[in-house]
Amino acid sequence: MKRRWNAALWVGFLIVLAAPVTYLTVFVRFPITRDFPWATLLIFCTGLALVGFGLRRAFREAQIYRGKISGSILMTLGVALFGLFLFSTFYMMRQLPPSNGAPQVGRKAPDFTLPDKDGNPVTLSKLFEPGAGGGEGARAALLIFYRGYW
Amino acid sequence: MRSFQDRLGDFDARRVHLVAISVDPPEIIREHCRKQGYTFTFLSDISSDVLRLYDLVHEKAGPGGTDISRPAEFLVDSQGTVRWVNLTDSIAVRARPEQVLRVVDGLSLGGPS
Repeated sequence: MKRRWNAALWVGFLIVLAAPVTYLTVFVRFPITRDFPWATLLIFCTGLALVGFGLRRAFREAQIYRGKISGSILMTLGVALFGLFLFSTFYMMRQLPPSNGAPQVGRKAPDFTLPDKDGNPVTLSKLFEPGAGGGEGARAALLIFYRGYW
Repeated sequence: MRSFQDRLGDFDARRVHLVAISVDPPEIIREHCRKQGYTFTFLSDISSDVLRLYDLVHEKAGPGGTDISRPAEFLVDSQGTVRWVNLTDSIAVRARPEQVLRVVDGLSLGGPS
């Protein structure tokens, strides 16, 4: 008797593949699914559970379902992919310098002058002067440092 | 960054000047801002001088082992005093505009609003 195709393995693996893809294309754009990637973890777990179900079926009902070898390979790949994702989001992305010397609350922010996108010099302290930006001057400045390399 | 552009009106209304900084040269920043439609001030710290001054250099973390900035946000008042700092411990987790606006509203920054 010809054994049946073990769909759970392949569907599960496709879902596992979809997890990092949707993270990079969709979920990374929204803080709620990026700060803690719960949606991606959920997709990973769903996919792996399905692969696990298929694998169990392949071994327990070997006379009905195929997929002992392919299932083992897909499970290994899936777990490796999941591990890689956890490693990059929970370890690699947290490898940041401590910045102990960064100006703290209550301290003076070091003044500086840098060129803007048109090459015109901009000085932090001058942003607060009346007339800056055509108005009364800023009450505060929010400095946002980016990694860059767009 | 898109989220800050979207809330720029709220920052303007509070007279909080947004200043983005990266190590890219001005022409790269200009092109990036044009493509993305960013209109806030964007400064180029190509020599990393300000990054060193603020102790934010992330060594060899950029393409080709170049130095870049670690993600960070500082709210500076008109006296030049730091009123709020955010040094994230993950690249993926950045300050959100709503969070900063709440901080701004909770501070007495001085000067007419």
